[in-house]
Amino acid sequence: MIEIDNISKKYGTFQVLRDCSTSVAKGEVVVICGPSGSGKSTLIQCVNGLEPVQQGRITVDGMNVTDKKTNLTQLRARIGMVFQHFELYPHMNVLENLCLAQEKVLNRTRSEAVAKAEALIERVGLSDHIHKHPGQLSGGQQQRVAIARSLAMDPIAMLFDEPTSALDPEMINEVLDVMVQLATDGMTMMVVTHEMGFARKVADRVVFMDEGRIVEDRKTEDFFSDPESPRLRDFLSKILQY
Amino acid sequence: MNYNWNWAVLFQDPYLGWLISGLGWTVSVSLCAWVVAFVIGALIGVGRTVNNRLISGLCTAYVELFRNVPLLVQLFVWYFAIPEMVPDGVGHWMKREMPMPEFTTTVIALGLYTASRVAEQVRAGIDSIPKGLKAAAKANGLSGTQVYRYILLPISFRIIVPPLTSEFLTVFKNSSLALTIGLLELTAQSQQIADYTYNSFEAFTAATVIYIFIALVVTGLMQIVETRTAIPGQSGKGA
Amino acid sequence: MSGFDFSVIVSALPFLWEGLQLSFLLTILAIIGGLGFGVLLALARMSGFRLLSLVAATYVNLIRSVPLILVIFWFYFLVPLVLGRPVGGFYSALIAFVMFEAAYYSEIMRAGIKSVAKGQVQAGKSTGLGYWRIQRHIVLPQAFRNMIPVLVTQAIILFQDTSLVFVVSLRDFMTASSIVARTEGRLVEMYLFAAVVYFVICFAGSLTVRRLQSKVAT
Repeated sequence: MIEIDNISKKYGTFQVLRDCSTSVAKGEVVVICGPSGSGKSTLIQCVNGLEPVQQGRITVDGMNVTDKKTNLTQLRARIGMVFQHFELYPHMNVLENLCLAQEKVLNRTRSEAVAKAEALIERVGLSDHIHKHPGQLSGGQQQRVAIARSLAMDPIAMLFDEPTSALDPEMINEVLDVMVQLATDGMTMMVVTHEMGFARKVADRVVFMDEGRIVEDRKTEDFFSDPESPRLRDFLSKILQY
Repeated sequence: MNYNWNWAVLFQDPYLGWLISGLGWTVSVSLCAWVVAFVIGALIGVGRTVNNRLISGLCTAYVELFRNVPLLVQLFVWYFAIPEMVPDGVGHWMKREMPMPEFTTTVIALGLYTASRVAEQVRAGIDSIPKGLKAAAKANGLSGTQVYRYILLPISFRIIVPPLTSEFLTVFKNSSLALTIGLLELTAQSQQIADYTYNSFEAFTAATVIYIFIALVVTGLMQIVETRTAIPGQSGKGA
Repeated sequence: MSGFDFSVIVSALPFLWEGLQLSFLLTILAIIGGLGFGVLLALARMSGFRLLSLVAATYVNLIRSVPLILVIFWFYFLVPLVLGRPVGGFYSALIAFVMFEAAYYSEIMRAGIKSVAKGQVQAGKSTGLGYWRIQRHIVLPQAFRNMIPVLVTQAIILFQDTSLVFVVSLRDFMTASSIVARTEGRLVEMYLFAAVVYFVICFAGSLTVRRLQSKVAT
């Protein structure tokens, strides 16, 4: 479904990604972790072309993301993405947040869009809040709305860029629950996160990045039981310490 | 201090009529110029934020040009110099046949000048929106134009209501420059009453009070706009 | 368009230069006076004395809602009347600019002081500093830093505004250009030249502001 082939990227003289390759098969859940500045967020933003790459090739469902001729807007409409800071449209209420792209991009009728939105909002447990604006919701609620907004587009895959890092601890689980449910339902997912519990529970593979490189790309059980590189061992010991 | 007070002069014929007609010109010039400023300013401001070097460069050049030449000089250039610089036929038309030349010229000069200031506010408004939101809108499948139309513009126009209010008020104040090319707006009329009656204090007070009244009305109206457009859950305003 | 005549500009240069000097002089004196009176207004507004801050606020809002030309007219009429003798166009205009600019400067200073985060004052208090020391060592240095670009921008606007002394025929650069334009019958040359001169000066000023802004930002 998602193929990343030898991509490299620079910001000015700073090399953010070096020769990264990995893939996500249909229905697979891949977690990407690594210290801050390791390039994991940049990598995931390259998958739907939000960040351009200088070298290498990314294809999603057969479409070449790195080809300049590709219609990125069309591609993005088919891939869901969830951001660290939710990024809901602040001037629209929850329902409008879910309907906008359905109507303007997928050309669904108002009633189709509303029906879809209501079903998804119920699925993330926020039916009582459907007419509120993002600013009136808690962080966890906003992130659940953001997930629903992506799902409203019937995506073929979902990208998560540190979806719980900006949340207060007591709100992390409500978001992870929604994500676990999605994974169980067979959604193709690429998730940048430090939530190792989530990785253990649902990930098929875990990728570890450091200094712009993919250092390890392993089956989940091997990743935790048998880390090969000293850097990963060091990283795991730090984040699993408490 | 030696001064003959006579407040009644303000209500005598023809002076009351002068004030009313002055107010009429001030308001109509300002409103027309504001429409020009708002439309062109919004376009130029958006143009400065787009991902096209040529467009954003031209829009930046516009802002720098119109912002760095005094309005009075611009007004004189439009009124005295431009008709001489365009092809003869057009120049002749501008000098002889253009309806209400002082009014039209002021609307154009004041409008284009204010557009550069509106453009700066629009650009600042768009730039103040977190980058992540734009990325999210793109990731949601919206095209570049749709991102502007449904996300960036609606949010930035709400953000910039207060600075736009102050620009709108400035238009009313700057419309007084029209007196230099002979448009008898409010300030000109009060000056004229002062000249005719020697009751300068009363005449200038009348103009001052009317300008304050305009400022209060505009501020009040814009506050309604601000409350109406406030985004719920943000900055403590709204529901 | 009947040929652009540069010689008109060249022969008028000494006269225009005198005008430009007057524009600069008026700008500089008005900045000094405006800053001085502006500080007093800002202090008055932020002082605990209700009446004083009310008077200052009324003055600032009054001045800010009327056109500069009207303010110039006011002071042309008022200054000789109050002093009981004519003081000449220059001083009347200067007083008008000082009184006008002070209202704007005081608002810039107030905004600058307000822009300093509240946490800074609390941090100052928590380390045992008194009110004046907090103002002197923590608030004002940061506020001033934030204010500098805005103050310079206001100075550029003031320089542009000095062209309005045209309405009382004081011979600044604008009026001088206009006199030459009319006596020589060369409107296009003179007004375009005036525009270019103002643009060069003000654009240089804006570039300075941008450099200051990026310095303040870091």
